[in-house]
Amino acid sequence: MKRINALKLIAAQFEDELVICNIGFPSRELYAVKDSVNHFYMLGSMGMASSIGLGLALAQKRKVVALDGDGSLLMNLGSLVTIYNQKPENFILVVLDNECYGSTGSQCTYATTVDLSRLAAAVGFKNIFKFTDPEKKLDLKTVLEVEGPVFIHVKVEAGNADVPVIDMEPEEIKERFMVGLK
Amino acid sequence: MDSSEAVYKGLKKAGVNFVVSLPCVNLGKIMEMVDCDPDIIHIPVTREEEGFGICAGAYMGGKKTAILMQNSGLGNSVNVLASLYKLYQLPLLMVMSHRGTKGEFMSAQIPMGEATPGVLDALEIAYFLPKTPEDACKILSGAWLLSEMGGSPVAMLLEIEYW
Repeated sequence: MKRINALKLIAAQFEDELVICNIGFPSRELYAVKDSVNHFYMLGSMGMASSIGLGLALAQKRKVVALDGDGSLLMNLGSLVTIYNQKPENFILVVLDNECYGSTGSQCTYATTVDLSRLAAAVGFKNIFKFTDPEKKLDLKTVLEVEGPVFIHVKVEAGNADVPVIDMEPEEIKERFMVGLK
Repeated sequence: MDSSEAVYKGLKKAGVNFVVSLPCVNLGKIMEMVDCDPDIIHIPVTREEEGFGICAGAYMGGKKTAILMQNSGLGNSVNVLASLYKLYQLPLLMVMSHRGTKGEFMSAQIPMGEATPGVLDALEIAYFLPKTPEDACKILSGAWLLSEMGGSPVAMLLEIEYW
């Protein structure tokens, strides 16, 4: 499955969830398929999606979904340990795993040889869902109902969709998100 | 006033209610005070950069945030400070134990200690160098407002002689 299609299927199932979306093409693709005041698009700080999501989940009660990637999670693996220890019930970490650094020319990551779900299990995550079958529908109904922290591992194809850059200023992205939260 | 208590009181007066930390021998007492405070969420983190990410999310979720860290961790965090904090104009109080300053016994601390002010300058992050606990408390009390109005982190460097 192409990542943009996975994002389309995932975002369609969100209702009131707050979404922190990873830097680069993932944010551009999400913005193209569905925009919402509940979306915070990262334009920099690679690796920080799961951390920003964790902080947001600990600070307030609404459900938070961080859309991360394999390369960016590998850049901040300590985050898994902190999330596990803090046990935020309202936090879902989604890793869209294409086994490469997609926004920089699809150079391979070590996710080609390391199973990130098993890594999360080794850290202690109890609720892990892995979607590998491209034909299987990405049904998040159960996932969105279980108590967090939840780790969702979605295998996607390498490659980016031909979508434009996000035409919002960073401060506009932040302000809109924070006003929506109040 | 005790040097650690002064920092804790300053953070409280500033309204800080969310703190991430990485230890330094000089920050131990402050970390304990923060940890025992039921009105502060305290999150120990694995790396400073991660802590900055967590604080960014917590701020957007309505918290007043601070990080307790050693200056060595500033080196781990330059990109997140530039491309998250500066880019989105996010506030944060950075309380940093500044090792490698006058009185340092460990030579390994000196290179990063000397580089620290220059790194903050390059990031255009304002920093204070209080000499007494009274100064530290007073400065921190008003620092959140300064940080939020300025749309940028504000740092406090606590040199070895401060303690």
